[in-house]
Amino acid sequence: MNGHALVIRGGEVVDERGRRSADVAIRAGAITAVEPGIDAGPGVQVLDATGCIVTPGLVDLHTHLREPGGEAAETVETGSRAAALGGYTAVVAMPNTDPPIDSAAVARQVLELGRAALCDVRVAGAITVGRKGAQLAPIAELAELGVRLFTDDGAGVQDARLMRRALQYSLALGVTLAQHCEDASLAEGGQMHEGAWSSRLGMQGIPAEAEELMVMRDIALVRLTGAPVHFLHLSTAGSIAMVRAAKEQGLPVTAEAAPHHFTLTHAEAKSFDPVYKVNPPLRTDEDVAAVRRGLADRVIDAIATDHAPHTQEAKEAPWDEAPPGMLGLETALGLALTELDMPIEAVLALLSWQPARIAGLGAEHGGPIVPGRPANLAVIDPSERWTVQPERLASRARNTPYAGRTLTGRARHTVVRGEAVVVGGEAQR
Amino acid sequence: MKHLLSIEDLGADGINEVMRLSDSFVEVSERAIPRVPALRGKTVVSLFYEDSTRTRLSFETAAKRLSADTMTFSVSSSSVNKGESLRDTVETIEAMGIDAVVVRHKSSGVPWRIASWVEASVINAGDGWHQHPTQALLDCYTIRSRKGDLGGLRIAVVGDIMHSRVARSDVEAFAALGAEVLLVAPPTLLPASLDGWPVKVTHSLDEVIGDLDVIYLLRIQRERMTEALLPSLREYRAIYGLTPERLRALRSDALVMHPGPMNRGVEIDAEAAEDPRSVITAQVSNGVAVRMAVLYLLLGSGADLVIGGDQ
Repeated sequence: MNGHALVIRGGEVVDERGRRSADVAIRAGAITAVEPGIDAGPGVQVLDATGCIVTPGLVDLHTHLREPGGEAAETVETGSRAAALGGYTAVVAMPNTDPPIDSAAVARQVLELGRAALCDVRVAGAITVGRKGAQLAPIAELAELGVRLFTDDGAGVQDARLMRRALQYSLALGVTLAQHCEDASLAEGGQMHEGAWSSRLGMQGIPAEAEELMVMRDIALVRLTGAPVHFLHLSTAGSIAMVRAAKEQGLPVTAEAAPHHFTLTHAEAKSFDPVYKVNPPLRTDEDVAAVRRGLADRVIDAIATDHAPHTQEAKEAPWDEAPPGMLGLETALGLALTELDMPIEAVLALLSWQPARIAGLGAEHGGPIVPGRPANLAVIDPSERWTVQPERLASRARNTPYAGRTLTGRARHTVVRGEAVVVGGEAQR
Repeated sequence: MKHLLSIEDLGADGINEVMRLSDSFVEVSERAIPRVPALRGKTVVSLFYEDSTRTRLSFETAAKRLSADTMTFSVSSSSVNKGESLRDTVETIEAMGIDAVVVRHKSSGVPWRIASWVEASVINAGDGWHQHPTQALLDCYTIRSRKGDLGGLRIAVVGDIMHSRVARSDVEAFAALGAEVLLVAPPTLLPASLDGWPVKVTHSLDEVIGDLDVIYLLRIQRERMTEALLPSLREYRAIYGLTPERLRALRSDALVMHPGPMNRGVEIDAEAAEDPRSVITAQVSNGVAVRMAVLYLLLGSGADLVIGGDQ
């Protein structure tokens, strides 16, 4: 046994193949044995998993790490620490940095920073240069670096012809375009969901239809091109109904939803605290119910955090001047386990193996826990009750809307490439 | 009550209490030396992030007549232009030792945020499109002084409801006091949802004008045309303006109201503004007494108001 040997002892192993009681032995970054009663031997680190679920590590399709350009709010290091503490072994960093990830140079920079991170850091590339929606980014060059998801997230690609061309171009490369669905002209100036609360609070609304128009258009473009589309952070009942219909027709579409869209509604805006400002905005009770249904019946393939750190100063601005977005990496698992009335296997499918496949990471993350596979694992205590305390989060920012909320379920240990980066809920570096 | 942020904070009882107090302060305002010592030693700051000479002057006059010290923080001469955050500005002002801050801001909700950060009382002098409670109070007071009571009155609020903080506060206040409130506007100038609003809606002023006790006209901003909410001011005036023809259709005992500043020839013609049924000037003068009542209610000792002479 060498110094990188680990045994995860006493847990229930849960992966896509099912559930069994077993210990997991790890050496040199890979799983070496999965069976009951593994003898650790001298010099082997033992992680106690009594009462816990041992699962493929979680994979976040939608993380804003803010580096380069937004280091006051988050860095690759702090964001990856938050991810590891949340049970994630891989995150996909969104390209709306400054400069944006629309060139091989910036992608390499972020991937390089990711080498020292506490989890596997991948990047999504921009679809268009500068995320301006006018000219295609060097998608093939980025794909060469291993980039598998492309998005102008923060905005949707407004021009239908450009989106069509991007989809056609992607077909040759085996990459997936991911859309932030929002018709900019309909959403312009909007501060929150358009409805009873925006009307009462005197704020410009963003109608559900701003999202739904682009979902509708992109489904048509998928039909036209045959290229796959991944829908980011769906938030409305109408969007989910359209994705359901598209899937029934066999179209290659996938979708994600964010925890805040199945736990919070637009009524939160009545506090005027911009910690509740997010894009797409918090919607109605009916939309929340539709997101939950979509997760339960697999119309939605993944829970993605849309982890969006912002500094305290930025979030203390008046609502209409504050940037949208909320933290998510350290609360997503707890919220899913607490709020979704689903078996843990189904929750883990949404948090681990399904997003791993969408991200093109299936070979390393989310796979079955069997000998020979890379050791990217989370050990989850499904019964740990804990209270969200913003000041104790590992993210550099503090903008969680869940301060004070008690959740049930938390990652106890996280193992990335065979290294126990989180042990007993504490980051090891 | 610590803050006055919205009409909801007051309810019908609170509105009536403010109006009763306002009666006393109207009397004070009519004196040769219109000043009482009620708030001596208290400091009231006006924090105006948006130009509003009339509301600011009204509050400052009210504070001075109550013998409070006043400070004005106006954005053009402040460190806000150097990038200071709202919270830093507010905490700096509070550190000077203040009892109340009167806030006007272009963004909905700012007075709520400030109230969560400071110990002082916060008075909302207008936030975004959201609330303008003292305007609604002076409107109620003005109607009450002419009509005795708002119960059962038919009040039409006409124009740009969607972008109007005055409309949101007035609707709540008028309805709380038992009036029947009618919104008259093109659909593009109504909020997306009127769920829970105690109002009826019509798009035709001509259908209702002969049966109103009060017609309340809202200011139309010129930028509404560039947002494709209206084709032209001319078309707006033709359908929703208080023109001489509509003035003739208005009952002889009806009241014409406007929060100012007016766009004469758009939502209100000059003849209507000058008509004997117009109480627009009374709204302004009542504003001082009503704001004295609000300041007294929030900052006063709680003892019965003694309206003795000055000293």
